[in-house]
Amino acid sequence: MSEAAHHEEHPTGISRWLFTTNHKDIGTLYLWFAFIMAVIGGLMSLVIRSELWAPGLQMVDPHFFNQMTTVHALIMIFGFVMPAFVGLANWQIPMMIGAPDMALPRMNNWSFWILPFAGSLLLLSFLAPGGGPSAGWTIYPPLSVQGGAGMDFTILAIHMLGISSILGSINIIATILNMRAPGMKLMKMPLFVWSWLITAFLLIAAIPVLAGAVTMLLTDRHFGTHFFDAAGGGDPVMFQHVFWFFGHPEVYILVLPAFGVFSQIIPTFARKPLFGYTSMVFATATIAFLSFIVWAHHMYTVGMPLSGELFFMYATMLIAVPTGVKVFNWISTMWRGAMTFETPMLWAIAGVFTFTLGGLSGLMLSITPADFQYHDTYFVVAHFHYVIVGGSVFALFGAVFYWLPKWTGNMYDETLGKWHFWLTFIGFHVTFFPQHFLGLAGMPRRIPDYALQFAEFNVISSIGAFATIAVQLIFFYLAFKAMRGGEKATDQVWEGAEGLEWTVASPAPYHTFATPPQVR
Amino acid sequence: MSMNEKKSLTGVRFTGIASRLFAALVLITFSGLAFAEYALNFQRPVTAIAQELYGLHMLIFWICVVIFVIVFAFMFYSIFKHRKDKGFKPATFHESTTVEVVWTVIPFLILVGMAVPSTATLLKMEDTRDADLTIKVTGYQWKWQYEYLDHDVNFFSNLSTPREQIENKAEKGENYLLEVDNEVVIPVDKKVKLLVTAADVLHAWWVPQLGVKKDAIPGFINAMWTKVDEPGTYRGQCAELCGKDHGYMPIVVNAVSEDEFNAWVKSKQAEQVAMAAEAGKTFTQAELMERGEKVYAQCVACHGATGAGIPNVFPAITGSPISTGPVDAHIDIVLNGKPGTAMQAFAAQLNDVDIAAVVTYERNALGNSVGDVVQPADVKARRK
Amino acid sequence: MTTDVRQANRRTLRKLVLVVIGMFGFGYALVPLYNVFCDLTGLRLTDQGRSTVAAVVDEVDKDRWVTVVFTGNAMSGLPWEFKPKQTSIRVHPGEATDAIYVVRNLAAEPIAGQAVPSVTPLKATSHFKKTECFCFTRQELQAGEVMEMPLRFVVDPDLPEDVTTVTLSYAFFNADKVSSKKYAHSESGARREQAAVYASAVNAAPQG
Repeated sequence: MSEAAHHEEHPTGISRWLFTTNHKDIGTLYLWFAFIMAVIGGLMSLVIRSELWAPGLQMVDPHFFNQMTTVHALIMIFGFVMPAFVGLANWQIPMMIGAPDMALPRMNNWSFWILPFAGSLLLLSFLAPGGGPSAGWTIYPPLSVQGGAGMDFTILAIHMLGISSILGSINIIATILNMRAPGMKLMKMPLFVWSWLITAFLLIAAIPVLAGAVTMLLTDRHFGTHFFDAAGGGDPVMFQHVFWFFGHPEVYILVLPAFGVFSQIIPTFARKPLFGYTSMVFATATIAFLSFIVWAHHMYTVGMPLSGELFFMYATMLIAVPTGVKVFNWISTMWRGAMTFETPMLWAIAGVFTFTLGGLSGLMLSITPADFQYHDTYFVVAHFHYVIVGGSVFALFGAVFYWLPKWTGNMYDETLGKWHFWLTFIGFHVTFFPQHFLGLAGMPRRIPDYALQFAEFNVISSIGAFATIAVQLIFFYLAFKAMRGGEKATDQVWEGAEGLEWTVASPAPYHTFATPPQVR
Repeated sequence: MSMNEKKSLTGVRFTGIASRLFAALVLITFSGLAFAEYALNFQRPVTAIAQELYGLHMLIFWICVVIFVIVFAFMFYSIFKHRKDKGFKPATFHESTTVEVVWTVIPFLILVGMAVPSTATLLKMEDTRDADLTIKVTGYQWKWQYEYLDHDVNFFSNLSTPREQIENKAEKGENYLLEVDNEVVIPVDKKVKLLVTAADVLHAWWVPQLGVKKDAIPGFINAMWTKVDEPGTYRGQCAELCGKDHGYMPIVVNAVSEDEFNAWVKSKQAEQVAMAAEAGKTFTQAELMERGEKVYAQCVACHGATGAGIPNVFPAITGSPISTGPVDAHIDIVLNGKPGTAMQAFAAQLNDVDIAAVVTYERNALGNSVGDVVQPADVKARRK
Repeated sequence: MTTDVRQANRRTLRKLVLVVIGMFGFGYALVPLYNVFCDLTGLRLTDQGRSTVAAVVDEVDKDRWVTVVFTGNAMSGLPWEFKPKQTSIRVHPGEATDAIYVVRNLAAEPIAGQAVPSVTPLKATSHFKKTECFCFTRQELQAGEVMEMPLRFVVDPDLPEDVTTVTLSYAFFNADKVSSKKYAHSESGARREQAAVYASAVNAAPQG
């Protein structure tokens, strides 16, 4: 114990954060980075929604609009959601499996500190001649081959963001496989840990493929290769195949940790063990596997042979089965529990609800012939915001409120937390629900200006977006307030919470589990 | 809401938002009939395939609704009944193989039920055999080219919405952004095969009411088909991000009777012959100026309606060394563009008459008064 | 951290790094794999070299007619006018047939182009064989030069029964990237058309 006390001493000031190898410090850094990126990405979404406030061009020119949609997506995916979940993993996984720290602490430091440089590089692309990347986050050639130096900045930024994720994932896998406390068998691990283990494997399998794709794009742009150039015997559609081979697992990378969060929060506030633990693990693994064989459902309209279209349709529809199992399990966990509805629980329920809506629209999108009408419309935009915001971001909010007392030692303001929840929840649906109608009625995505029949729903959507973003000031205030002080949290924090992280003090000491706990 | 009211509302941009919003909410809440006007669902299908897609879409939609209602009925029941503050004591069950098998098998069966009609429709969509007519569609940044392979008709189709409407300087027309200078004309009740490709980047040709959408890929050709049941004008847009003006390359299909179609083909062919003949003709300055003013619309985006350009970004026409200097250099820059800048080459896009007209216009309007007249023959001479 | 755990971590790290490198390689491998997949399915015909087929002595199927439709585009970046001399030809499967495309260089300098073929329907791709084609090599045209480009093809008698029409399309690209940029104009890269409406109007006298 004396050794643990000794370790309490650590550098202060800037060098603490620059050189830290402590999983909690690094987790905090990740979460702050994600927060800053979310603010930047959120402001970009407001530029988009301002331009779409009314038909006609009022705020920005179409070229800049395209840069906004492109960078908004890249920042939200690679800068916000992924780092935020890695931050949660850093904070929670060692505490949940009874490990003193991450397996490779120094690499952990690097994997974080790549991020600010990558993020800056991405944003600096706006200063390049021709502006930032404007070919959409999917950077399809030949359009992405046309762009200026901003596209090269983006490719390098994607490489760096990818390296960071890969290093982070390796660390997470090593931690989970090698550092578990005695008695913490794999099938005893909390589901958040399980979800992250599977996500980390998805990441190290998918991100290198993206790296390959963007490298080929880079050499096509500058070094005379013809991977995607029909003139030299290449094929622009092949980029789409390679990209979506990464891209589809990527969406599960974004959402599986969220499933893990739901699976932690719901049993706690239902005061009842998670229903179907084993089936949850297998469902997650099945989803991960299927995610590698459905990529072409993003490209039904490129002109595939009929057999290809049918195969990808059937495989995609199959994903509904394990996903359904997860939703049923969560609801069965609530069933005949003794529920209370603190803020984290509200987020988890809202997350399951909203994600399921997005999942059902995803089922509609999987139907190849119907997708010919939905493809590249606002219906798709609505769909992926329902799953990524409704699933991942709602889970992030839930996770922050769930573990904030453990991190800070202080309870957050419950009343204000509920206000923040309800306003964000309503704002989100006001923003994105009308986009389903816009898409069905024929509004293509990625356009800065639109025909008159789309005006009304766009106004509603824009109002929702401004309200949703504005409400996040409450979140900012809440988080700060809890960091500063407030009602002291107990070690247990939540009555129904189970798991090793609730056995340590609140706030969690700088070093936990220097002596491994015994799990029975 | 009547058409008139809608038009008047759209005429007011920011001021009318509250009232429009209110109107929209009222509509959503109370008026099932008005849904069509507010475009809550697919546009009215006009082909058998589009009709099938609509049916398939609604079928899957209702299946999803039913699943959603059943699943969340359980959740909300639980949320209202199984609460701690109602003194509910938590159960401890945490697995049930029977239940888990049931809720794996049932969704699977539902999926099979969805897959069957979907497969049938897809087979029909992909059957491009026995077409009566073939049109090749080529996507360009940012316009469409249509070639009627059986009729030697070939034209470009550009957005025809005036810039003033886009820039909110004029009231927007009914078909704002969904109108073109040259419509695609097809006969009704004929199977029209569409071969889709692109000349620069990816595009996608989509007309919702026809139920067709395919990517246009440079270097490759995709085929799809449509057979329109009723005469009418059907509008669509490019559906694949293709750069700056992706939102400004609409598609307008005009379905007409077979007789009207044949007449249109004749007139289009005659028009092309006339265009070819025109190239050898000598024009008056007035004729060229009138035509040039129209052609100049393609230059307005950068050089401005008054020829002032944008300082340090786009050069002015007014008083510029090119538009007041030697005429050959002026023709050359219009023909060949200026590499490394946004000035594109118009050699292939504009014919000799149009280039002669716009050069004449630029030299004698927009504050310039060089006084010379450029004839199509001059342009032709510079082409080689 | 005990030495055991430390070693285990190193081992895991090494293995996972290998996985990462392997997956990076796999990303590249997707390119040839994709072509293998294309060959198997006849999905796309990207490599014009592979469509070179030695003259096959096939039985001519005199009882069957297949319509071959010709079309072509000169791409942005290639200021050429490019079109088939014949709109379509009816052929018997197995019969070697000639077709001609006409091309004209509209630019004031010599330019080299490379044609890339594409066939629809997809399932006909592997059954459409070219024995001679201007697309096998790059073609150079002098300023203003007009050239007739020949093509000799055989429709394989194995062509699926339900295919009655085969469309052959060529996309002519500028073989030189720098030249292509010049004619495709503009820093944002965008556009350029050359299958000019005007030019084609000159040549397209209505046939009847």
